[in-house]
This record gives sequence, structure tokens and C-alpha cells, in this order.
Amino acid sequence: MTQSSTILATRGLSKDYPGARALDGVDFDLKRGEVHVLFGENGAGKSTLISMLSGADRPTGGHVEMNGERMDLASVRDARARGISAVFQEFSLIPQMTVRENIFLGDEIRSGPFVNNSRMRRESRRLLEELDFDLPADRPAHLLTRAGQQMVEIAKAFRSELSVLILDEPTASLTDRETDRLFALMDRLTQRGVGIVYTTHRMAEIRRVGDRVTVLRDGGRVDTLPVSETDDDALVRLMTGREVGAIFPEPTPNEPGGEILSLKNVSTVDGSVAEVSMNARRGEIVGLAGLVGSGKSEAMRAAFGILPLAGGEIRYKGGPTTARWSPGRAIRAGFLYLPPDRKAEGLMMERPARENMALAALNAAPFSKGAFLTRAKERQRVAELADWINLSPNSPERDIGLFSGGNQQKAMLARGLSRPFDLVVFDEPTVGVDVGTRAAIYRFIVDLAARGAAVVIVSSDLPEILRLTDRAYVFHSGRVQAELPRSELSEEAVLSHFFRKEDAR
Amino acid sequence: MKSGGAPSGDFTLPLKKLFARLGILPFLLIIAVVAFSLMSENFLTARNLTNVLRQSVYLTIVSLGQMLALLSGGFDLSVGTVLAISSVVAAMVMAGLHAAMPEAVFLAISLGILSGIAAGTMIGVANAVGVAFAGVSPFMMSLGMASVGFGVALYLTGGVPVYGMPVEFGDIFGFGAWFGLPSPVWVAAALAILVAVLLYGTPWGRYFYAVGGNPRAARLSGINVKGTLFATYTLCAAFAAVAGVLLTARLDTGEANIGASMPLESIAACVIAGVSLRGGIGRVENVVLGALFIGLIQNGMNLARIESYLQTVVLGGLLILAVVADQIRLRFVAALKD
Repeated sequence: MTQSSTILATRGLSKDYPGARALDGVDFDLKRGEVHVLFGENGAGKSTLISMLSGADRPTGGHVEMNGERMDLASVRDARARGISAVFQEFSLIPQMTVRENIFLGDEIRSGPFVNNSRMRRESRRLLEELDFDLPADRPAHLLTRAGQQMVEIAKAFRSELSVLILDEPTASLTDRETDRLFALMDRLTQRGVGIVYTTHRMAEIRRVGDRVTVLRDGGRVDTLPVSETDDDALVRLMTGREVGAIFPEPTPNEPGGEILSLKNVSTVDGSVAEVSMNARRGEIVGLAGLVGSGKSEAMRAAFGILPLAGGEIRYKGGPTTARWSPGRAIRAGFLYLPPDRKAEGLMMERPARENMALAALNAAPFSKGAFLTRAKERQRVAELADWINLSPNSPERDIGLFSGGNQQKAMLARGLSRPFDLVVFDEPTVGVDVGTRAAIYRFIVDLAARGAAVVIVSSDLPEILRLTDRAYVFHSGRVQAELPRSELSEEAVLSHFFRKEDAR
Repeated sequence: MKSGGAPSGDFTLPLKKLFARLGILPFLLIIAVVAFSLMSENFLTARNLTNVLRQSVYLTIVSLGQMLALLSGGFDLSVGTVLAISSVVAAMVMAGLHAAMPEAVFLAISLGILSGIAAGTMIGVANAVGVAFAGVSPFMMSLGMASVGFGVALYLTGGVPVYGMPVEFGDIFGFGAWFGLPSPVWVAAALAILVAVLLYGTPWGRYFYAVGGNPRAARLSGINVKGTLFATYTLCAAFAAVAGVLLTARLDTGEANIGASMPLESIAACVIAGVSLRGGIGRVENVVLGALFIGLIQNGMNLARIESYLQTVVLGGLLILAVVADQIRLRFVAALKD
């Protein structure tokens, strides 16, 4: 392991956000021509590490080295100039612009004060040919498939000399064929000596493309080891760590009560859910496992009345839901869905925590009486909820946007207790929250079920499904692949359904 | 952390904190009062201040409605047209009934007022349908309706003022005074209290903030987003229509040419009062103050004999200043947060 083969390295890299340490003294190195996988749970620090390697964010401690030289990346542009390019899950394309315009955006080829369109056309064609991308340079980006858009992002990275490519969960929304093409491209790049930092949640991909893997947990590096010397079990053990026992509450098997929700052969108009049948009963925690885009979240959104149905039947509390079923009706009937993305769908960032916590319960006692709010009782109830979830700082009148991510998440989930709900669906309840908050959220969920509500947890986080649920459905490609009772819930069992198709490829 | 990095001896810190909490309005108000009292000795008299109150009534009422539109994340550019339509229709109905039945004065007045408000509100219903159900942007919808309404008002009157309303109408609602305050002031006060009760005291009021704060979150919390938007634009026009009828009483004629400056002035009053253009933030009492402030500025400039053309320049400048100040305030809030 000579020094010269290392392109990029970090020394004691740390990042503090207000109220949370996202990255804690991480040493990491990337060699020429290798694919180095970053592996870890949500919130383990992968994204933070990547954002600092790519210049999108600056460390609060430690530093980044390139070819043994210490450097300070001021911006994404700066990193790009030094040969480091990142392709994030959220693309930075202008949808209305063509492939060519996007490739050269911010770095247009000019002659004098004017853009040189003919040279850019030639340049972009050469670039796309060299990368073997089958992309029409004149097509607007929004007409491309997701894989196509990703190729444009990668092509952008190649505008200048590239030595480090960072790919953040690049396959999350690609089809199998598109994934194959991406992997073929990665092979060609590594042969040229480009080092690739790669994040993924899929174990099968680690084996397929990775040379080495670094496991992160709670912002720290747990271990770095060659992929050939490890296996799925070892990686999951490293990823979840010893605290698993501590952060998950003791399982309290409840005798499940009556059925609250049942889906029979449900399909959605957008095709994300196909002939799904499942149910949830009182006092029971049901898990929906599967990869992103497997339809597990969409099935619940359909049940809540957000996604229109193409077929099948949804029964809530014994009766079929009508064509006018909507979130408003569902909530009045005691069914709450808590979305995965608190910023986009969960919270009003510029309103106080109190209003955010009370929002779904305002039209019922104790929050209102007749047409009027009962503000004193609202404050009192919210104070109880804030104590319950351990809101920190415990000041419900503060704008929710000023709280840390974990506390925002807890405040949103507290809606589940704002009125007596019979069914609460948690969609990715612990995305981007630290371990302490996670433990609090798990206790909250278990408690809700103990009070007699039916609870559904939609999660891409495997330990959550294994340790928290009484029963789990595994989704793949919009369908239920398997239903596993607690006695059969094991990593191998769930993963075998996660990856069944991928491994057979 | 407590002072966002500023040294503790920074004497501007309390001022900054005050600015972060209250916004720019209190500062502008103080500057305006001081400046105008220096320019004219008639400014700070009870009589003149009552005048300011009376002159600001119409803008205050329109701003209450405009505030609802801004809260829900949109705005309404057709409020001026609503004033014109309600004025013309109220005057025509009233004058017609009065001519037909000269003895039934109060019937004519009541029906005139009702039909004026109803006609103006119809503009709002059209806006509401477009924004809530057809998904048209508030900008295009209300801009289009502003043109439609203005055209209708001109068409109905042929461009000439409508005369012939019973004198009692003007006497009561234009020039009347109850308990020492002009009658329109009472109407505006009642409407302001109504909006305050609605916004602060009912779940429905909270939904305006929720829809403006994050429409998707509002929907997932069981709120009827379309219904809320519908109510927003309907109420906004209804308020403007009330203002139109009151203004008609004051002018004693139905006019198609009133209200042209209302969209700008009402949005300015709200923004100066700290209502967010992004939706979800704003308080009734501040909006009333904002409208009074604009009335005060106009009155003061009149007393100081500033030309009316220049007054328009000042008003536009103030609006932009308010938006800039709001941006700076947000930065302060972020820096000062504990």
C-alpha cells in the first residue's frame, strides 16, 4: 500500500451541526482504480462524508488530502477543478435545458463574449461517444429516463480531467438493465485509474462492484476491509453494532386484536403497487420491508387515500373505503399516515412546534370545541406531548424549523398521539436521526401499539423490521414477496426476498 | 452562542433583536410620525389623526382579505376590480330601486349593499375556482380576473359615474359617525375582529397558515386544501367588496375607476406588516397597523404638499424596502436564534 496509490484521503474528518455531531474523526482513503463502498445505516454519516469530499460542505474538524497534499475544498466547483466530481441522488440538471446545455452549464465554451455552440456540440458528442452513452444531445433533460439523467450528471463530471468520482446510491432508481450499464461504465473508469466512492444500501451490489468497503456507524468509522474478506452477516453486524439491543425496546408480544386495515389485491394507477394483499390488527406492529421503490410506501399511501387505486379493495375497520376516501376522512376515522420526508410533506417549517404537533387533531377535542379552538387546552395537551417525546429544547412555541432534525422528526411523529388513532403508519420513521432519538422513537412506537392501536412501520432499515415488528411483509417490484411471522423474521429470510431477483440476474 | 457571535458590548444588539421580532413596521412608523410632525404642525392633531383613520378604512378592509390570500401562499391582484364592480353594482341597484320606490329608502339601501357585495364576491369565486380547482397560479388567475372585472364594470356603466342613490346611504355609511368615530371605522374594526377570531380562534383559521406553510403536509394532516383555498379567495373578494360599497357611500356615486391602486397598496400594507410572501406567516393586528401606516404616509405627504405623482414613487419604494427588510430580518433571526 504505497502512498502514491492513494488519491484521496481524510484525516480525522469531523462535522458538527447544531445539536448533533454528524461525523466523528473519520479516516478514509481511496486508491487509484478502486471502487470503495461506503456502507452504513441511514444517518451513519455517509452523506456527510460525501458532501465534504465533494466540496458541498466544509468539515468542522480534520482535513482532506489529495495525493498526499492537504487541501481545503471551498466549493463543488473547486472540487471539480481538482478532478473530484460527485453525482448525488438529487440531480443538479435544469429540466428544460438540453443534454448538451446541461453538460456545459456554468462552464460554457466561448469565443469572445459569445457561447460557441458548434464547438460545444462537437465536444458533447465526443464526450458522450467516449463514455459510450447513447444520449441524444439535443433532448431536454426532463424527457430522459432517470438513468439517462444520471448519465448526463456523469458526463458533466468528465468535462474536465477526472480522478475521483463519487456516486451516491446511484442504483436506487435504476432498472436492472440500466444498472448493468452503469457498472460496465464504472469498470471502464477504474481501468483508467479513476477512484470511485460508492454508497449503497444493497448488499448484493457491494459484492458485485466493490473492492473495499468502509462501514460507518453513528458518524464514526467502524472498519475498512476488502470485500472479498467479508460477507453480508459480518457487514450487517458492523453496520448495526452492539447497541442494537440497547436502542430497541424489549419486545412485548401482544395478542393481536381485531383487524383494522386490510388490502385485497390492491393496485395503483401509477403501477407502483400491484395486487398487494395485507392486513394490520390492533395491538400489533406490522413491518413493510423492501428496497426504495419496492411499493411498500406506496401501498400505505394508497390506503391513506393519497394514491388513486386502479383495482382491488381496501377495508378499514371492516367497511370498504369509498371512492371519496381521502386523508381528511381517514384521519377523522382514526387512521394517520406519517410521511417519510418531514420537510416536503410533514412540517410547516416556519410555524411553531405546537401548531405542527396539533395540526391533525385541531377539529377534535381537546383542541377545539364546536367551531372554536380551545387554546389553553391545546397548549396543555401539546406540553404533555412535548414531555412525552422529550422535545429538546422543550419550548413548543419555537418555530419547528429551528429544532434539530431529530427533534423535528419526533415532533412530527407526536401527531400519532395528538388524538386517539386506531391505526398509525410510520413511513421511514428514523431517516436521518441519531441513535438516541431513534431509541426514543422506537419506544414511542411500541407504546402506541401497547395502547391498542394498530401500527405499521414502512422501513428500508432492516434492523428496524427485525427487532420491532410482530410480523412483516417483504415487498419487491410493487408486490408482496413474502409474509413472515415473528418466529421466521431473520436477516437471511428477509434479505432473500429483498434480493431474490437481483441475485438471480 | 447567545448573541450569534456579536460582542456583548454591541449596543445595536437590542435594536437588532427588536427588529428580528417586530419587523420593520415599528421603526418606519416612528420615523414617519417624527418626520411629518416636523414638516407640518397640523399633523399630530386629534382631528387629523381621525382623518387618517377614516381615509385608511378602505385599504384596511382590503388588506384584511389580501392577508388571507398571502397567508395561503398566493395573492390577489383583482381586489381593485372588486372595488369597482361592487361600487357600480351597488350604486345601480340602489339608484334603480330608489327611482322605482322613492319611499322604500332602506329597502333600496339594503338590497343595493347586498347586491354590490355579492357581485364583488363573484370575482373572488371565479378566482377561487381557478386557483383551488383548476390549478391556475394566483398571479395569472387574479390578473386575468382584474381585467375581466374592470371591463364588466366599464361596460355596465359605459364609463360614466352612477348617480341617484338615496342621500341616506351616504349620510350613514359615508359621512356618519357613531360614538364619535366615523361609521366606516366601526365596520373595519368589526371585520378586523372577525378575521382575528377566525385566524386565532378556530381550527379553520389555523388551516390558512397550514396551507400556506406546507400544502402537502396540510393535506396529509387531513386538511381540505382546496376548500381552504376556495374560502381564501372568496373571502378576500368579499372584503374588497365591502370596502367598495363603503367607498361608494363616501363618493356618493358608483365608479368603475376606483381601486386601481388597491392591489399594490394592500400587498404593501401586508408585507410591511410582516406577512410572508411565501405564505404561512402574518398577524391581523400588524396588518391593520400596516394599512394605517400607509394611510399615515399618504396623509403626511399631502400635508407636506408632496405631489401625488411623487407619492406613488414613495409607495412603490416602501414596498420594495419592506421586502428587503424582511430578507434582512430573516438573516437576523437565523443569526440570533439561541
